[in-house]
Order: sequence, then structure tokens, then C-alpha cells
Amino acid sequence: MIKLIPRVENSTLMVLLSPLLALTLTALSAYLIFIFVLVDIPVSSVFFTLFVEPLIDSYYFSELLVKAAPLMIIGLGLSIGFRAGIWNIGAEGQYVMGGIAGSAVGLYFYNVEALWLLPLMTIAGILGGMFYAGIAAFLRIKYQVNEILVTLMLTYVAVLFLSAMLQGPLRNPSGFNFPESRIFHDSAMLPIIWEGTRLHIGLIVAIILSFVAWFGIKKHMFGMQIKISGSAPRAAKFAGFDDNKTVWYSLLISGGLAGLAGLFEAAGPAGQLTPGLPQFYGFTAIIVAFLARLHPVGVLFSALLIALSYVGGENVQIEYNLPSSITQIFQGMLLFYFLACDILIKYKVILFKT
Amino acid sequence: MSNRSLSSVVKLSILSVVLAFTSNVYADPVKAAFVYIGPTGDHGWTFAHDQGAKYVKEMMGDDVIITTVESVEENSDSERVITSLARKNDIIFTTSFGYMNPTIKVAKRYPNVKFEHATGYMLEDNVSVYSARFYEGRHVIGKIAGRMTKNNVIGYIASFPIPEVIRGINSAYLAAKSVNPDIEMKIVWVYSWYDPGKEADAANALIAQGADILMQHTDSTAPMTVAEEKGVYAFGQASDMREWGKNAQLTGIIDDWGPYYLERVQAVKDGTWTSTDVFHGVDSGMVKFAPMNKSMPKDVRNEASRAIIDLSMGKIHPFTGPINKQDGSPWLAEGETPPNYPDLLTMDFYVEGIEAKYPN
Repeated sequence: MIKLIPRVENSTLMVLLSPLLALTLTALSAYLIFIFVLVDIPVSSVFFTLFVEPLIDSYYFSELLVKAAPLMIIGLGLSIGFRAGIWNIGAEGQYVMGGIAGSAVGLYFYNVEALWLLPLMTIAGILGGMFYAGIAAFLRIKYQVNEILVTLMLTYVAVLFLSAMLQGPLRNPSGFNFPESRIFHDSAMLPIIWEGTRLHIGLIVAIILSFVAWFGIKKHMFGMQIKISGSAPRAAKFAGFDDNKTVWYSLLISGGLAGLAGLFEAAGPAGQLTPGLPQFYGFTAIIVAFLARLHPVGVLFSALLIALSYVGGENVQIEYNLPSSITQIFQGMLLFYFLACDILIKYKVILFKT
Repeated sequence: MSNRSLSSVVKLSILSVVLAFTSNVYADPVKAAFVYIGPTGDHGWTFAHDQGAKYVKEMMGDDVIITTVESVEENSDSERVITSLARKNDIIFTTSFGYMNPTIKVAKRYPNVKFEHATGYMLEDNVSVYSARFYEGRHVIGKIAGRMTKNNVIGYIASFPIPEVIRGINSAYLAAKSVNPDIEMKIVWVYSWYDPGKEADAANALIAQGADILMQHTDSTAPMTVAEEKGVYAFGQASDMREWGKNAQLTGIIDDWGPYYLERVQAVKDGTWTSTDVFHGVDSGMVKFAPMNKSMPKDVRNEASRAIIDLSMGKIHPFTGPINKQDGSPWLAEGETPPNYPDLLTMDFYVEGIEAKYPN
């Protein structure tokens, strides 16, 4: 039989190394799978396309950053909420609501060319996400409704609301009734920071926000509050922390950031509001947050890693005709190994006979 | 003098090199790529396009290299996929409506690559659009459904309320009504092209509401499987789904893209490709039918075959007046048929007689 016994002290070195270890194990397992699955394709070249090419080809690298930016922003918000033990599982819904709210502003001022337009859309996007997450906060505080269920279920509502908006008020009036908005005006689009690519200012915003959050959590009382509320709720109560405030802040911050990411997607790479706006960023960001151990700066790196698996997986499909599920297999393995490593850091494994 | 002649030799050779690159005739194999919305194993829409791609390979052999990418979401990912393909291919088929704007964007950046976008409406010098008159197929299955239903209720599983889907609903309804005035059509919108779970739920819901014959404008075989289990009739969508509904499938509308794809890829090879706007139907063989189920009475089969022949000869049009809109306002006068644009391509209303509320 196997038994897990908590370790007295966790090795700091291993805590830092375990993401690398998980990555190595993923790569090894992938290698073994490929050897069995691929008969006439050299495994090393598949590996090159999957893990290396997106990093050295400038076009793919720019796309990797495009894909990582929303994951960074949403993952950052989630990492703050998860620290406090507030489980916002429906960032996807808040992302969609932010996208709708921000785009609605952009489409309302369709003919306006002004510098204030984009900031206004951004604020609307953040408020949209905040409002949507706020519903969960309100229900939890007022009626003790579980926020996991509320946020998750509201995601479906948001996707249907998007489709209703695109069939109705936000539909392109000269678009043959197809459910898409107009294409945004230039002044409603995010500035590009790398000429010739789709890389927009969202990446810089994500980096700045993550450092702001890092210092905020370290220096600000609120950081202490969410940390203690998450790890020792009773102690937080004795310390006089306001429970409700933790719920509100956690959900509003993660919701607002998800909304921001939604608007950035619409006003960035998409350039219009389409039914394709929801693309699982909100759910993938949960993996991102945990891979980063809920560290605000770590989120930047885990988002890059997940984005690499997307872009690399796509290229492998294009180059070698491998199925699209390969990306999901990698993400699943990565998370599995990471969590397994974590268990082994926190617990000793003891074998004994019954 | 020698200097000048040298420079002209250089100029000439540069010119010839440039010509060799821009000349449209390909000595090398043509590289053709296909972007799919669903998995190739959906046995519906994407499967049919993939069969087309395979047909091109079969016919052209070593003269073509084909790349396919499946399950590409209709979001900003698609622009990356199309760009990646544009870097390495001569012609790219983007086979879903939602790829329209990304296709146009990439096409502007890669003017030497040819693009073919299915079911859209935006043309460029290097972007063609193509679609099929699926509503002609719906006309035929509508007639069969009108004859074969016992409850007089047809269940319709619809994807998104876009003109193509609305045309299908109206066409099927009008045809069914023409042979069975008591017909009623119930419509469920699943807001997805491919979602076996939702499609099966919709099929079950429609059967529970009394439908004994199902039509689908979604891509999976789930509704066919449900129909077979529950002992009702259904029609294959985009490809022959007999395997999933041995008794249930009466016939199916088959999309046959192969010949069109071959023609276009060959045109790239020959250097004769130009931007076109294609809307083909039963007459050109782009819309075909699965074998009629033997359990259908002979007169029903004959009537359906008759309709297919008439469509292919252009003798009948599924939308022939007098037809009113759902609200009773007139659409087509006696004997009138609608133009492609705007009536068919932007259709956003049900015809009179359909009781379901138009989704808005």
C-alpha cells in the first residue's frame, strides 16, 4: 500500500525546480508517445516544430505573444482570487461580457476618430467583466450561493447573450445578416507594438499589471488579507478581516481583468465582434494560474508555455498532419506532472505492507 | 559600350529571374491547403470537404501536395492558421463562413497566393467565393418529408440563423407544404455547427414534441443515430449517413466539392486561375443525393427523382411565387423567382405558414 505523509519542511529548491521537472517529464512522455505513434516521421523534427520553431521564427514568436497576452491578463486576475480561496471558474463569461461591453462602445462611436475612444472602450470592457463577476459576489454574500456554480453557469449565459447581440443590435447592418459586427475603425483598434505582426499593446499592459499585482500583494494590506483568508479562514476572522470585502475584491479584480482581456481580443487580433470571441481563454487561464503557483509574475511565464503548446501544436498539425488534439494532450500532461510534482514536494511517499 | 551591354545583360537576366518567379505556370507540384471548421471525422460538412481534397489528390497525384488543418475555430486563431498556410502554399480553401475576414486580411498580405472562401460574400483579386445551392437539396427532402410523415410534424435542427440556413428551412417547408397542406415545422437552434451532444438533445426534444421526421443543418451524425434509435425518419447532411441510420435515413443531401476543387487547383497549375463567384446546384453536381431508402413507397421515390431531374434541368425553382413572408406581406408574385442578390443571399425571414418565431 502507498501512504502520503506530509513533510515537515518543503524544499525551496524543489519548489522552484518542479515546473522545469514537469516540463521535462512532459517532453519525455511526448517523445515516447511519438515513437510509438509516428512511424515514418522523424520524432526530432516534430519536436523541433512543436517546441523550438515557435520561439525562433519571428512570425510564430509574435503569434505566441499574441496568444499569451490574454492568458496572462486573465491568469493574473484568477491567481489573486484563488489565493483568497474564491473560485472564479467563469472567467470565460466575464471575458465575453467585457468584450461585448467594450465593443458596444466602439460600435456606438463607429464613425468617431478620437484618442479617447480606445480608453473608453477599455473602461467599458473592465466594467463589463466586473459587473458580471459582481453578480457572483453579490449572490455569495447575500445568499451564500456557491460562486463556482454561479460563475460557471453564467458563462453559458454570456455566450448566448453574445449571439443575441450579434443577431440584433451589434450586427453589421451591411453584412448580409451574418452574425458579425462591423470591422472596427482604426482608432478603436489596439496599437500594434511590433510592426508587421498582430502583436498589440495588450502584452505590455499584461506585464505592467503583473508587476503591479506583485508589489500590491507584497506591500499592501489587502495582499495579506487575501492570503490569510485563503489559507486560514478562521485566523482571518480573528484578525478582523472583512470576509465580504475579500469576496468582492477577488471577484471584481478577476472579473475586471477578464473583461479587459475580452475587449483586447475584440479590439486587437479580431478587429470586430464575432461569435468566435469566446475561445476558452477563461478556462485555460485556470491552468495558467496554477502552473504559476498563483504567483502574479509567474503567470507571465506559464502563459507563454501554454501559448507555446497552442502555436506549436497547430504547426505540427499543419506540417505533419497530426490531429489537433495533440495540443490538449500536452496541456493535460503538463498539468498532471506539475501537480504530481507538487504532491511529492509536500508529501513523503511511504510504502508499507498491509 | 561593353559596360552598357553588360548592364543590359544583367537587366535581362534579372528580368528573366523575376519572370520565372512571377510566371503563373507551375512546373513544381501545386501546393493546396484546406482549412476545416470541424474534425474530418464529423461525417458531415468537413468530411465532405475533405473528400473533395482527397479527390484532388487522387486525380492529380504527384502534381499536387495537399495540407489540411482541422477543427480551426472561427476566431483570431484562424488568421494565424491561414497565414501559416499562406507562407507555404499556392492556393488555400477556407471552408467556413467565419473565416471570411481573416481570409481577406491574409489575402491582402499575400497577393501571390490564391484563396477560395466557402459560403462568404467578399471578393478580392486573389479571393474567390464558392457555395452550393443546398436549398435545392432541401426542396427534394422537403417533398419526401411531406409524404412520409404520419404526424405531419417535421423537426428541424438548425445551427445559426444565417441566410444559408434560413433558405434551407424555407425551401424544405415550402416543398413539404406543396405535397401536404397540414404540415407543421418545429425548429430547434443549437448555435453550433458541430456539437453531437446538443444535436442529439435537439433531436430528442423534437421527437418528444411529435416530430416523426428529422432534418438537420448541423454536421454530426448524432441526430441520425437518435432517429434510428427512436424509429423515426431523417436525412443525411452533407454526406451519406446511412451507416448511422440504416432504417432512418430516407436519403441525404451530399455536397460534392471534388470536381470544383480539382478545377481550381488545376487552374492554378495552368496559370489560368481568376477570382470567381460560384453558386452551383444540382445541375452541376455540386449538390447530390444519397441512395433513396428502399422502404419508401415507389411513388414517393419517383416524385423525388422527378424533382431532382427537374432541378438539374433548371425546370423548377424551389422558390416560385406566389410566396408571402411569415407576417403575411408579399414576397414573390405568381410565377416569380427570386434573384440571388439580395433575396436569396441575405434571406432573413420565414415564409408564410411556418409558425416558429424567427430568432432575433
